[in-house]
Amino acid sequence: MPAKTKYDLPLGAATREAFGKALVELGRTNPNVVALDADLSKSTYTAGFAKEFPNRFIECGIAEANMIAIGAGLATAGKIPFAASFSVFALNKGFEQLRVTAAYPNVNLKVVGTHSGISIGEDGPSQMSVEDLSLACSLPGFTVLSPADEAAMIALVKLSAEHVGPVFIRAGRPKVARIYEAGQRFKIGQAIELVEGSDVTLIATGLLVAESIRAAEALEAEGISARVIDFHTVKPLDREAITRAARETGAIVVAEEHLADAGLGVRVAQVVAETHPAPMEFVGIQNTYAESATPEQLLDKYGLLARDVAAAARRVVKRKR
Amino acid sequence: MQKTSDVAQLAAITKRMRRTAIEMITEAGSGHPGGSLSAAEIVTTLFFDVLRHDPENPHWPDRDRFILSKGHCCPILYAVMAECGYCPKDQLMTLRKLGSIYQGHPDVRFIPALEASTGSLGLGLSLGLGMSLAARMNGGKSRSYVVLGDGEIQEGQIWEAAMAASFLKVDNLVAIVDYNQIQLDGFVKDIMSLEPLGDKWRSFGWHVIEAFGHDIAALQSAFGEASSMQGKPTCILAHTVKGKGVSFMENNPKFHGSAPTREECAKALQELA
Repeated sequence: MPAKTKYDLPLGAATREAFGKALVELGRTNPNVVALDADLSKSTYTAGFAKEFPNRFIECGIAEANMIAIGAGLATAGKIPFAASFSVFALNKGFEQLRVTAAYPNVNLKVVGTHSGISIGEDGPSQMSVEDLSLACSLPGFTVLSPADEAAMIALVKLSAEHVGPVFIRAGRPKVARIYEAGQRFKIGQAIELVEGSDVTLIATGLLVAESIRAAEALEAEGISARVIDFHTVKPLDREAITRAARETGAIVVAEEHLADAGLGVRVAQVVAETHPAPMEFVGIQNTYAESATPEQLLDKYGLLARDVAAAARRVVKRKR
Repeated sequence: MQKTSDVAQLAAITKRMRRTAIEMITEAGSGHPGGSLSAAEIVTTLFFDVLRHDPENPHWPDRDRFILSKGHCCPILYAVMAECGYCPKDQLMTLRKLGSIYQGHPDVRFIPALEASTGSLGLGLSLGLGMSLAARMNGGKSRSYVVLGDGEIQEGQIWEAAMAASFLKVDNLVAIVDYNQIQLDGFVKDIMSLEPLGDKWRSFGWHVIEAFGHDIAALQSAFGEASSMQGKPTCILAHTVKGKGVSFMENNPKFHGSAPTREECAKALQELA
């Protein structure tokens, strides 16, 4: 029986807040780092960077497409720009710019999408990105990161500045469970196993990492040993971790705060199909847009809680031959 | 490469560039001759006289930047860049063919000396703005020159960039509108009129210079005026003729996006002799 502390998940900072903090720290050590925002700097937390480095911050006004292409121009001229907005605006309004001015010429632009998923709550679906991972992953050459907590965000923002090439980082609005200790080592493209297990693997990203850890705890009480892996990097995928999970546990659940038929799950399924076919279940948003309510109500209604991950795990375990 | 401010020399180079562009498009069997010809003086004057650049050192950080936002007119850009020594002249006739560095629209993966991959309209002014902002942050002298199509500026992002550039007082940015009056579907005035175009740019906070875009001396003077502007970006409205220099292509919407036949090419080259 693993130590209870393994499942102890105190509330920490929002990943968007962690991004703002990491950006300021980066700004202090790397004079080439610049930031852009589109009138949401208080929400994306680029405001701290803007205050400390006014000459390296570009307020673009409410014009996300322009912001992305200005960022690409800055990157082309040798800067390391971080362009931030709500995920739904940065990616959906800036998508063509991401494609033609960043991905296609492989430009060193970093895009940070905050307020992703449905956990933004009351603002409703026009502000909620349920497709950002899909859009970002469809861009050849892009690295796509989806940190689960503060420590993960801080580490991955720094790694993304060191990485040469376009990066998308997904951040959320609400405060989230603290999963990692500060200083935890991350490597882009290398998933992190958080809970050991042998009957089923719960592959999760972002907000659903904590829910999956809680699901593993519930499953353990029923005698199901669930492995939990944090896929903080959605692209490039850690194929090795996926293949090992399929081979060693024989069943996989993928859980994400994203359209279930367009995000991490389908990407993992492709690797499973190519390497070691195994039954899979998918926890995510089912071909719909959400609505206004509290984040808690929405995660409950749209099936993104530990309860839903555990239910999917029970189903997939039954399907094992 | 030998730079020159001599108008007669620049005119002679421009004529050669027009011939090369026509031959390339004919050889390819597809492409956009009309806008390549209308922009010929603009591109030649920039590369051979105005731009601070060095083909021996294409990534010199403080160089001026040139962006062909109307990327479909790349034959004239390729001809000029090859003449400058950025890319091989002997491959120009492989335009649009498998394996060619001379892609149908400019692609930095194939020609690293290009500043941007373009082809989807409306993006180049924002890119140039980003490059100009980087130069300003660095305290450098670099200026960005962005050639826009007239039809292209129907794209909304052009006006997002125009608004931002003047608000941010970016005076090391120059937009050149190749105002040749024709876009794919016909005459600009019939598709989506831009007028009053000078007033539009002025109202967005730009310094506007109107010039005849085939008058090299007028272009030189406009670029000179642009570089002395402080506190605001400059837009040069270059009044041009689509298909300039080839009688049957001039003001003919057909030659926006179709290649001449071999017979037409021969006739065009005669006219450009």
